Amino acid sequence: MTVESAAVERGHGLALLREMLRVRRFEEKCAELYSAQQIRGFLHLYVGEEAVAVGVMQALRPDDAIVATYREHGHALVRGIPMTAVMAEMFGKVSGTSRGRGGSMHIFDAATRFYGGNAIVGGGLPLAVGLALADKMQGIERVTACFFGEGAVAEGAFHESMNLAALWDLPVLFCCENNGYAMGTALDRSESETDISLKAAAYELPAWPVDGMDVLAVERAARHASEMVRGGAGPGFLELRTYRFRAHSMYDPELYRERAEVDEWRERDPITLFSEQLRAADALGDATLATMEGEVASEIEEAIAFADAAELEPLEDLTRFVTMTPDEVKEAAS
Amino acid sequence: MTAPAESGVVELTYREAIREAMREAMQRDPRVFLMGEDVGRYGGCFAVSLGLLEEFGPERIRDTPLSELGFTGAGIGAAMGGMRPIVEIMTVNFSLLAADQIVNNAATLPHMSGGQFNVPLVIRMTTGGGRQLAAQHSHSLEGWYAHVPGLRVLTPATIADARGMLAPALEDPNPVLIFEHALLYNVSGELRPEELPVDISSAAIRRPGSDVSLIAYGGMLRHALTAAEQLAAEGIDAEVVDLRVLRPLDEPRILESVTRTHRAVLIDEGWRSGGIAAEVSARIMEGAFYELDAPVARVASAEVPIPYAAHLEQAALPQVEEIVTTARALVRGDAAGSGAATDG
Repeated sequence: MTVESAAVERGHGLALLREMLRVRRFEEKCAELYSAQQIRGFLHLYVGEEAVAVGVMQALRPDDAIVATYREHGHALVRGIPMTAVMAEMFGKVSGTSRGRGGSMHIFDAATRFYGGNAIVGGGLPLAVGLALADKMQGIERVTACFFGEGAVAEGAFHESMNLAALWDLPVLFCCENNGYAMGTALDRSESETDISLKAAAYELPAWPVDGMDVLAVERAARHASEMVRGGAGPGFLELRTYRFRAHSMYDPELYRERAEVDEWRERDPITLFSEQLRAADALGDATLATMEGEVASEIEEAIAFADAAELEPLEDLTRFVTMTPDEVKEAAS
Repeated sequence: MTAPAESGVVELTYREAIREAMREAMQRDPRVFLMGEDVGRYGGCFAVSLGLLEEFGPERIRDTPLSELGFTGAGIGAAMGGMRPIVEIMTVNFSLLAADQIVNNAATLPHMSGGQFNVPLVIRMTTGGGRQLAAQHSHSLEGWYAHVPGLRVLTPATIADARGMLAPALEDPNPVLIFEHALLYNVSGELRPEELPVDISSAAIRRPGSDVSLIAYGGMLRHALTAAEQLAAEGIDAEVVDLRVLRPLDEPRILESVTRTHRAVLIDEGWRSGGIAAEVSARIMEGAFYELDAPVARVASAEVPIPYAAHLEQAALPQVEEIVTTARALVRGDAAGSGAATDG
């Protein structure tokens, strides 16, 4: 445990742990519900990567914007979108975050400025640039945090977005979640230059590689970068080095990586690592942890009960919002 | 552009009409800005935005790198963030680089977010051939976009529509694509004050007639009107319908015209297979089949990449003569049906 991390206030430390646990237990339950066929479609779990979303979100303010990917349950939960609505979305219910139209990959929430849930790799980056452009042109001091995987750096959208954001000094915090694999393709099998922070540096973006398994390191880097971005210094880039413990999606037989590699990374489980730090600082004991686990379990049970009982969207609403009326726009904004 | 006379009638080009529409929109609403390749210092690839940089500055007349995907997506994000962007893409061919953002984001996010987010964005681009620019600058792919729910697709063919369609497009809470036929930019004409404002929902009868409906849009409207004049000389009274809006189609007005004339020739600069004319034809079959005195006919581009050489290009694009011949055959009752063309 570093000197810096020891200085973390106990309450904050427990809050970080609790958020990571919420995501972990939620994802584990989703896997079960998928096997039970209550969740269908594609399901991409965030197990192993929790420190990234939890750490970065600490640096964001309520009016900042978030653009995420199809592996976004964790971001949504940590951002404060109710677990009930997230679960209902996966159950395909009208009380879900997107009325059941998006499912696991497409969580949206206007109230917390959560702009999806984008399932085109790299598809969210230009949106984030545009949201930041709007803020800059309107003189609003906000950050747009854009999450994407390292697989996205192979897309043209990545390079175009880096360039635009840097060229126009836009307040975007690019958060590259480097979990080593674009679905099943390892980074060194798809990129001639595997140091991702160098790619950002090529566009004159300040870029920081961060240990994405260390929630405090992530928080620290995100606070530093976001304050810089917020202050008008242009975009920033975090490369968060992490690992996906589970398969890419529920269809993935994991033929592309060795069990030993997964086990090695599990040794650096962000929740275990941080729990140990808290214990060493006498900030966490068995009773506290048990209470926390119990509360998280209850929240998940409530979310499932809510999702189970929720209604399906009426079929007559199938084409509603394909295009929106001015009244519908007003209603959405209120 | 000439100064308005007492009557308020002005003479201006299609290009000037669009420029005036943008100038007015930017004067009226500080959220409106123009973004695209060479819209600023260069003055616009087709000189549409010439002079606007000096008037509104580089923030609002924003030159972009050659990143169609990036700046179109940025336009979508800016629209969701409270601005009213006009994104200019040089040609519809280049828009394919941005098609992911247009189809997967702009057209999709409102519905997929359950109505939480809308995308009040206008994308303008040129379309069409006839300038010997060969196959990567000459295609008419607006029909592809008309396939996509969530988009509104406009094809201004007249000075009034060039001048008037932008304002309601910017008022629309949804993404609107405006296709400007490149051969129209230099066309000039009179704009009478009573022609404005225009709607962006209806088709228009540009020439009333009783014998056959020539249904066209964009750059093909002029061909249809010329063909109607030639047909009139032969005693055939052709009605000319300007679709104006490719999505959503103004089906009632199309059916109403065909119900009156009992014959329809669809003129489409896009390719025949799977084109917008095929869609209009199907709507006529579904809604007015028993009104027809002859099979619906199509005059469309040959199924080839548009070539450079003038004689080949002209042979590939729909021509007045083919419209006249086709309409005449329908009216005279010797129509051979529309199966003559072969697919490439």
